[in-house]
Amino acid sequence: MTEEVNIPGYDIPPEMEGQVTITALDKIYNWSRRNSIWPMMFGLACCGIEMICAATSRYDFSRFGMEVMRPSPRQSDLMIVSGTVTKKMIPQIVRLYNQMPEPKYVLAMGACASGGGPFKEGYSVVDGVDKFIPVDVYVPGCPPTPQALIHGLITLQKKIDKQSIKNVRWYSKDPVEPIPIPLLGPDLMDPRDYALIKQYGTEKLAEDQQVPAAEEA
Amino acid sequence: MSEEVLVEEKTELEERFPEISRDDRKGYEGFIVPTEKLVEFASVLRDEFGYDFLSSVTGVDYLPEDRMEVVYHAYQTTGGPGLFYKVQVDRDDPVVPSLTPVFPGANLQEREAWDLMGIRFEDHPNLKRVLLWEGFEGHPLRKDWREPFYEGDGKPFKSRWPGGEVIRAEDSNPFNKNVDYPGGFDPEQWTPANETAVYAGVGRLDHAVSETALSNDQIIVNLGPQHPSTHGVFRMVVRLEGETVVALEPVMGYLHRNHEKIGERNTYLMNIPFTDRLDYFNSMSNNFGYVLAVEKLMGVKPPERAEYIRVMMAELTRIVNHLTAIGFLLNDLGAFFTPLLYAFKERELILDIFEAVSGSRMMCNYYRFAGVARDLPEGVFEQVKNLVLHRLSGQVDDLDTFLTDNEIVRARTMGIGVLTAEEAIAHSAVGPVLRASGVPYDVRRADPYGIYDRFEFDVAVRYHGDIYDRYLIRLDEIRQSIRILEQVIQDIPDGPIQEGKPQYQVRVPAGEAYGRVEGPKGELGFYVVSNGKPNPWRYHVRAPSFINLSALDVMCKNYKIADVVSILGSIDIVLGETDR
Ligand code: SF4
Repeated sequence: MTEEVNIPGYDIPPEMEGQVTITALDKIYNWSRRNSIWPMMFGLACCGIEMICAATSRYDFSRFGMEVMRPSPRQSDLMIVSGTVTKKMIPQIVRLYNQMPEPKYVLAMGACASGGGPFKEGYSVVDGVDKFIPVDVYVPGCPPTPQALIHGLITLQKKIDKQSIKNVRWYSKDPVEPIPIPLLGPDLMDPRDYALIKQYGTEKLAEDQQVPAAEEA
Repeated sequence: MSEEVLVEEKTELEERFPEISRDDRKGYEGFIVPTEKLVEFASVLRDEFGYDFLSSVTGVDYLPEDRMEVVYHAYQTTGGPGLFYKVQVDRDDPVVPSLTPVFPGANLQEREAWDLMGIRFEDHPNLKRVLLWEGFEGHPLRKDWREPFYEGDGKPFKSRWPGGEVIRAEDSNPFNKNVDYPGGFDPEQWTPANETAVYAGVGRLDHAVSETALSNDQIIVNLGPQHPSTHGVFRMVVRLEGETVVALEPVMGYLHRNHEKIGERNTYLMNIPFTDRLDYFNSMSNNFGYVLAVEKLMGVKPPERAEYIRVMMAELTRIVNHLTAIGFLLNDLGAFFTPLLYAFKERELILDIFEAVSGSRMMCNYYRFAGVARDLPEGVFEQVKNLVLHRLSGQVDDLDTFLTDNEIVRARTMGIGVLTAEEAIAHSAVGPVLRASGVPYDVRRADPYGIYDRFEFDVAVRYHGDIYDRYLIRLDEIRQSIRILEQVIQDIPDGPIQEGKPQYQVRVPAGEAYGRVEGPKGELGFYVVSNGKPNPWRYHVRAPSFINLSALDVMCKNYKIADVVSILGSIDIVLGETDR
């Protein structure tokens, strides 16, 4: 364990070895964060079952410091989006994401969360959660096996290792704006798209009116 | 013999109702009832002819004939084949009298038909959208309704086959997303539908200041959709008087994945992997129900060995399901995770078998029309044998010893969430919920499919209808499944596992079929209408978890809020199937 955080090349007197460690701030900061990632207890669909499986005795992801599943977003570091994201559910997911304190990460588990999956063509499915919230790690599979999920979590740990206090989002000067929560209208509406939606609506109306006119002529 | 009886009954019924006519379209069965007679017909059928169990209500859109049809599947709880009846209405203004006064179990199903097909049910107490949200544009299961990523009416899509080009649906959508809006739509003018309708379902709260305002202690509480004890993205709105539940309304649709719309675009074979994702604990028995329905239409049967393998897998998955259901129930009671770990240990061993035969742990996609995908690989039969003969019953006994007499379990479950036999039947409850209420109705015995008529087993039944009995009945059923498995192991013959050659594109003659199996969560039905094309014209799933929820309100009333969670756990719902 101490090996991981130690920076070699500094002489520590032999009598102090094992009691003193010389390291960089980034290194110890990341080391402590990456070994205590608390995922949110939040299963969406079939993939959620494999996520539970990853927590049970055969796979046991507490070996990586991740066994503390929190039902509350306020206490979680990682949102595992485990399953199909529907239009009815995405407002809640965005809200949960906004409620998570920084630093926070998102792992898209399975084909559905990553890109819509088998149900992508459906009318009430969001084709990938990354259309709304930023995703750090994608785990392919339908459902990904618990091994694959654990691999995804290890990948996340590697990502954390590479971050530096100097430039992470949550220590930047400007406040981080929450993501606007999508609304349910005749279809799902992303507040960031309003201008586009309006323009599309006008154009479509014009088209619809043109067609019967053309037919009459 | 049973057929003779049926014919006789039919004539009697026809004498009683001269207005009804037989459905004589080729491949169809049952009666066509005029709308004004529907309620009377259904109640007479229930009270005088014994068809007291309304299994499924669904709509079909016959676009070419400009007609909508509502199809009812009725059964007797004493067993035997079913009786199907239909009403036909105009497509532009489909109005049908609601059957909820006769069968409260029709409630959610009629709401679904309104939501997805736009059929209005007159006198329905609470007709509003159930899977989609208020304000959604259109009724998606109508044949002329098109989704934003529409590509063609039937697969395989011309663009992809046989050339194999890949088209990304987002690229042809102006928003680069799965959305579409009606012409002239302006999002800034839009007022989102508020939740008044949902709250009205549990009774409006009068906040008018009155003399009694202070003593009125009632509040409305939302549980879910993100809640650790709702088993997925399920939401309940409860009205509480102190801690006591006065009214409860389930709110669902947070996992509505358009199973039926996609299923009507798919070819018959393509639908098998989609059924896996309905009740994702039990892909094997979902496959079973679907292939049965299509086999009925095709008029084929699998060879002997395949029949045995099917039963073997279906019973193994029942064991998986009941073990995890017990584990999750104990989770809800507060024994967090420990009992579940025991359950998952056995589940893993059974999933190993599934993985060996099908290649996937959860999504098996294993059954085929007239057969199964592959034979058991080497060594798997021994694995099954070991598990069934030497391990499982001991493990179940362990659970039994640890839990059944546990004081907390007993205190929290006995006499809680009671559902009487009459209520259970009226609400079309199925599976362990129905049997724990004292109705020994099991499709495997009542209307045997496959080769279930060959096995010796008892239909588990308990009589209190409370959570405790719903827990016990799952233990009973695991033991019966082990008994069936022992017989399968003894009798399984050698031979082919597929009748004829496996085909990618099956020919399905025109007609309708309703295939149902006793899934671990209850009666799982598939209603398939074919018009002879490669894609089903109508594909409907009668999902036990969905329909069992119509009794949730009755079960929870007058119990404490803390019990709601365990009552829900004892029904054992799975959202993939509830919302489809
Ligand atoms: S990726 Fe597959 S297993 Fe996961 S939620 Fe989607 S359909 Fe289910």
